[in-house]
Amino acid sequence: MSLEVTLFLGLLDGVVFGLIMALIALGLSIAFGVMRIVNVAHGEFYMLGAVIAWYATTYLGNFILGLIIAPAAVTGLAAAVERTVLRKINYNPESTIVATIGLLYIIQQLVLAIYGPYAYNVEPPFYFRVDFPWFGYSGYKLSIAVVSLLIMGLTALFIFKTRLGLYMRATQQDREIAQAFGVPVGRVYMASFALGAALAAIAGVLVVPFLQAYYLMGLEALLISFMIVIIGGLGSLKGTLVAALIIGVIDGVVSVFFSPTLAKIVGSVLVAAVLLVKPTGLFGAER
Amino acid sequence: MVSGDKISRRKALKAISNAAAAGAIVGAGVVGAIGGFMAGSTTGGAQQTVTETRTREVTKTVTATETVTAGAPTGGNPIKIGFEVHRTGIGAVYGKWYERTTLAAVNLINEMGGIDGRPIELIIEDDGTDPQRGAQVVEKFALEHKVDFILGALFSNVVLAAAPRAGELKIPYFAVSEGYHVPSGKLNRYSFQPGITDVRSQTQAVAGWIVENLGKKITMIFPDYAFGYNHRDWFGKAARDLGGEILELIPIPPTETTFTKYFPKVPADTEVLYHVMVGPAVLTFVKEMGEFFGAKRPEIFGFIDSLEGVAIDSPGLEFLEGTYFWEAFPRYLDGYDTPYHRFFREKVGVDENGADVNDPKSVATYSHMFSCWETLFIIKETVEQSGYTRRSPEDYRAFIETLENFRWFNEGNQHPQGAKLFNGRLHQCFGQQFISRVENGRLKTVYRTKIEDSVYESDVDYTKQPL
Repeated sequence: MSLEVTLFLGLLDGVVFGLIMALIALGLSIAFGVMRIVNVAHGEFYMLGAVIAWYATTYLGNFILGLIIAPAAVTGLAAAVERTVLRKINYNPESTIVATIGLLYIIQQLVLAIYGPYAYNVEPPFYFRVDFPWFGYSGYKLSIAVVSLLIMGLTALFIFKTRLGLYMRATQQDREIAQAFGVPVGRVYMASFALGAALAAIAGVLVVPFLQAYYLMGLEALLISFMIVIIGGLGSLKGTLVAALIIGVIDGVVSVFFSPTLAKIVGSVLVAAVLLVKPTGLFGAER
Repeated sequence: MVSGDKISRRKALKAISNAAAAGAIVGAGVVGAIGGFMAGSTTGGAQQTVTETRTREVTKTVTATETVTAGAPTGGNPIKIGFEVHRTGIGAVYGKWYERTTLAAVNLINEMGGIDGRPIELIIEDDGTDPQRGAQVVEKFALEHKVDFILGALFSNVVLAAAPRAGELKIPYFAVSEGYHVPSGKLNRYSFQPGITDVRSQTQAVAGWIVENLGKKITMIFPDYAFGYNHRDWFGKAARDLGGEILELIPIPPTETTFTKYFPKVPADTEVLYHVMVGPAVLTFVKEMGEFFGAKRPEIFGFIDSLEGVAIDSPGLEFLEGTYFWEAFPRYLDGYDTPYHRFFREKVGVDENGADVNDPKSVATYSHMFSCWETLFIIKETVEQSGYTRRSPEDYRAFIETLENFRWFNEGNQHPQGAKLFNGRLHQCFGQQFISRVENGRLKTVYRTKIEDSVYESDVDYTKQPL
């Protein structure tokens, strides 16, 4: 395979991977940015999305239903967690980390007990293979990269064009002042946490046809999300997208030319470099 | 009111390391091996009648230590067997089926009157598919539960951590992993693998068929750790010895989730793509391979590890049609339909297609789990022939020397996968292997190797080590 074709494949695979990861990272970034908390269980919302989608598709026979039920259920769960756990510990950053680690284990082990240790996938709602002259690529994967981009666009519209979005941005900038101006900070927190979880769950549903629903799948997603959020900047939608594409393209291109392990090393070095040079991330606001 | 604390980058990083640590505990870093067969002594008979006991009755889900004395108690002090199982972590699918198979065997042995008239008391501990916990479980078995023998583990990295500890504690340890660990000579006098063949012998047995029938120019895709290196080294050697050529080696980290980026490394003149992958992403691996190559694919030969616990007719696996797999024990009954095989399937609760009789979606890790069954019968046979009665240096000496002197385990209900040749110096068995072709979304066995095809010479001699 020629150099150009290999580069093309690396870029294509990297961009697709980046766009999907961006959706998960965006959810983390929103909760991180607005609430200043680290949700270690974020990857589990992604996993739950995938598992619920498998149940919906397998037992109700409809993938689209999964795309509705899974985010709805995960949103409900996240809202409940926010009310019953995070609020009780007063959103204390350290306590939140410990609490969400606990949540991670609870969700993970419940899924292991109920769903089991298997990795199941589902029939995609549509399938075609894009046959380039040199290699083939999943049309479904290309499609969900586009869908992911659309959902990020809708999220941006929500944040910049709706009243709740305005409240979220106000709370992110300065919670006390926002509260003084009548912003219902408690409800904004709940909405932000639930929205973040919903985005992860949607990503989980979208990937089930080509990755499988598996009880440990949340961990990798969580780690990559953190890398993206750190490089892109806290709570920055644009930063999240750009950082995800950077991470994705590095992963794709370095992997095809050198080795995937080197790609992961380069990604980690990039995180360290950003933390040293611009600790707020590429697009993060100075605080 | 909300807290006024702000989160810093440092805290965020701490959170990441916490999450990674959490994942390491739950997920266990690396994937391992699995495998083959082994043998015990005869038994058998097609029509052997044994009262059926539902394995299910004793399959409880308990996370802490669990003690099971399944089947009808036969009186006397129990023989305690510690069972180290991957209930959680990346090996959990194998763990589920290993546990089910082990419980079925324990049920059966106890119904038959136990071991030397004593019932088996099975003590089950989860090692989380984690090497560190694997070694701790061995210590717990030895010091707290005071078991007579230890069964497990499966994944290479766990075996390599647990078996040396068992050797230090001087308790016989029965690996049920197909990794080339016990026969490599790296372990000790107390480590045995009599219930499953190792990667070296498996690859040696099928290499000739591959070179002769599929092609000589081979590219290998394998997991980037010990189990994968066993394949790289031993299949590579066997293929070259037979006139094959390894064009490219493509190691893949076991935690990888997407694979398209690896396929450009496959040289265009590859005639055979050899793959062996483990872990939950195997389905994605095979699907992406199909998408990448389409109809222009080379011949493909995989180890069934790439699809253990996965239905062959899963969405997206249509591409596998016409490709070949190594199997230790055919997933579909018609691949090796013997009365002993039927007996084993019925006792474990597996249907003719290799899935749970009560849940066709729950596909067994069929090419590996029989190793637990066969190993338990070997323990029984060895205890009874050696006169082992209690945990003492003398009794262990008699047990180990008796086992080392076994030469054959005959095919039968106790050894349904087939007869096995046992090498007491290597502590390893050798047996037949199967090659199956994917036809109409199922596996059809097309070739069965002879036991001799899998035998290799080695200088390893555990019998020279002190007890």
